[in-house]
Amino acid sequence: MIRTPLRPLARILLARQEGVNPDSIERENLRLRHEVMRDKSRLRAEGRLLLLGMGFAAAFTMIGARMGLLAATEPMEPRSAATGAEITAQRADITDRNGHVLATNMLTHALYAHPRDMVEPKRVAQKLAAIFPEMKADDLYRRFTDGRSFLWIRKVLSPEQMQKVHEIGDPGLLFGPREMRLYPNGTLAAHILGGTSFGAEGVHSAEVIGVAGIEKALDARMRDTAQAGTPVQLSLDLTLQAAVEETLQTGMTMLSAKGAAAILMDAHTGEILSLASLPAFDPNDRPNNPTSGEPGDSPLFNRAVQGVYELGSTFKIFTVANALELGLVTPDSMVDANAPKRVGKFTIKEFQNKNYGPLLSVRDVIAKSSNVGTANLALTIGALRQQAFYKALGFFEPTDIELVEAPGAKPIVPKKWPDITVITTSYGHGISASPMHLAAAYGTIANGGVRVMPTLLHGGVPQTGPRVMSEQTALEARMMMREVVTHGTATMADVPGYEVAGKTGTAEKPNKQGGYDTDKVVNTFAMMFPASEPKYVLVVTLDEPVDTSGSQPRRTAGFTAVPVAAEIVRRVAPLLGMRPVVEPKPVDALTTASN
Amino acid sequence: MRPVLYVLTFLSVMGLAFWAYRENYATQQAIKDMAALQDDIAALREALTLQRAEWAYLNRPDRLRQLAMLNFDKLELFPLTPDQLGEARDIAYPPQVPLMGAIDNPQDVIGQAAPDGDFP
Repeated sequence: MIRTPLRPLARILLARQEGVNPDSIERENLRLRHEVMRDKSRLRAEGRLLLLGMGFAAAFTMIGARMGLLAATEPMEPRSAATGAEITAQRADITDRNGHVLATNMLTHALYAHPRDMVEPKRVAQKLAAIFPEMKADDLYRRFTDGRSFLWIRKVLSPEQMQKVHEIGDPGLLFGPREMRLYPNGTLAAHILGGTSFGAEGVHSAEVIGVAGIEKALDARMRDTAQAGTPVQLSLDLTLQAAVEETLQTGMTMLSAKGAAAILMDAHTGEILSLASLPAFDPNDRPNNPTSGEPGDSPLFNRAVQGVYELGSTFKIFTVANALELGLVTPDSMVDANAPKRVGKFTIKEFQNKNYGPLLSVRDVIAKSSNVGTANLALTIGALRQQAFYKALGFFEPTDIELVEAPGAKPIVPKKWPDITVITTSYGHGISASPMHLAAAYGTIANGGVRVMPTLLHGGVPQTGPRVMSEQTALEARMMMREVVTHGTATMADVPGYEVAGKTGTAEKPNKQGGYDTDKVVNTFAMMFPASEPKYVLVVTLDEPVDTSGSQPRRTAGFTAVPVAAEIVRRVAPLLGMRPVVEPKPVDALTTASN
Repeated sequence: MRPVLYVLTFLSVMGLAFWAYRENYATQQAIKDMAALQDDIAALREALTLQRAEWAYLNRPDRLRQLAMLNFDKLELFPLTPDQLGEARDIAYPPQVPLMGAIDNPQDVIGQAAPDGDFP
């Protein structure tokens, strides 16, 4: 590079001749030199900036394009990485306590159509109508030809139906894979399982969401992909459930009852071993919710959990336990049982206008199920202490069992609590609760006075919740209930060897006029066995049963719910591995043989 | 010296290129094999789920009950009842089989005393 001197001699000499300051020449040259340098470095900086800008533009374009691509493509499983065995299904299985499958998934296909690709819509419509009886050819043809480009035809297909649709061979008919929920046991435990339906549906997959029962209550757990491989294990026992449902169904048919419910619960852990509600439905093909009639008459209605009934005399044991706990009476104290009793404008009567009075021991109040005796005990206890006891037993709150229906079944308790309420609630009228509440409360007595919370999940441990009554009170209450079975209102429940203890309850159903129907009753038998050391609690409820085997139709629990419960114990106790505790047989005279 | 280095470098680049080319195809083949295997695994898993479901369906209590009823003449199965359970001490001793057959029709045994104590 030729460097221009800052002071060129020729120009300086010339400037000196002309009398100009030669320094201005130097400054001028210096300025020009700086300008050149500036232009050069600017050009370089501009070049670098451009490069950097291009780099950024390229990076952002690439990231944007990648994001667009990811958003636009269908999700795909990574093929090169080794996937574990965890993600096998989109919804966890449900099993019983022994691992028998109660609900699982099955791959099937949905059928959809692209009418614009269809070659012969008329023929396709006719063929489809022949395969699926619920479809009409005209209807399908109209939908194929009204200009739409996509339509769903059927949500699930059986393999046979799929083959037949394949045989139509039209390019406009397409299949999408679907994971379908399958309940292999049909109607068994239907009310617990509830059912599922499809949520958001796409061509390649569809969400399966729980709509009722435990499927909805534990929906988040079932759909959790991290736990999809681990089945949800329930406390139910499939064999027991089948035996209970069968026995209950037979009893319900024989007694021409409208409905029935049974709960079998472990008295210490609160695990529900069997929960039946009849009539039942098939969760594989769950019927729609009823739009007319009483919701309580629908097979979808879970009588054991949703059904809130006045449970009648089964409550008397709570009144007596309360009085025992407060130290007001002992089992042998005599109480006034002179019937009928007048309280204000109300008259308290006994069953069939009997009079067990004038005095009756507390034991016999329970064994004979005396309304007046219980009423007098309740009046001694008083409203506040009675309410507190019912509250402690859980009769003021819905049960927290793992069913979506449970929180809706709030017991109906009186708002005010005058003396007449004290009396009626003492024998289970004017207060309504579900059989599940009753099972939990009887479980508390069976568990030695410690509150039991029912649960449907396996893995329960003996409960150590709040103590409601002392062990002594619980024991005395059990002994009284044992007497109900040995010589009281529930003698039919005396299954030899199992020491059944329980209490009957017959409640007339409230009618729409505000009164009670005498020929429509809800019969309940709540029991535990064996009485000396209870292991299991069983509650059987029958809706409008009638025993017509005698000369007069009988509607008391002693002739309806009690024999059904006894039959259930007879079936279930050996399955639970319980040996009957038999009186030792007189040993045959030993024949000593000596050789 | 320099040309030799150039040639060696060129040759090693060619060698590496060839190796990379082969590795690329080998990797692609491995991915394809893996995909096929995973398809197989998925299909087997699906079959397993289906068979489990079928097993549960075939073993549902309703069906077993019906089968037990249909084959009652062969199986003679009843529901388990409490009186089928008992204590070991309730079981009777098995009848003692006498070592000798009972002697219920005595036989007369008549013999002759041999002379000189000599037996035939």
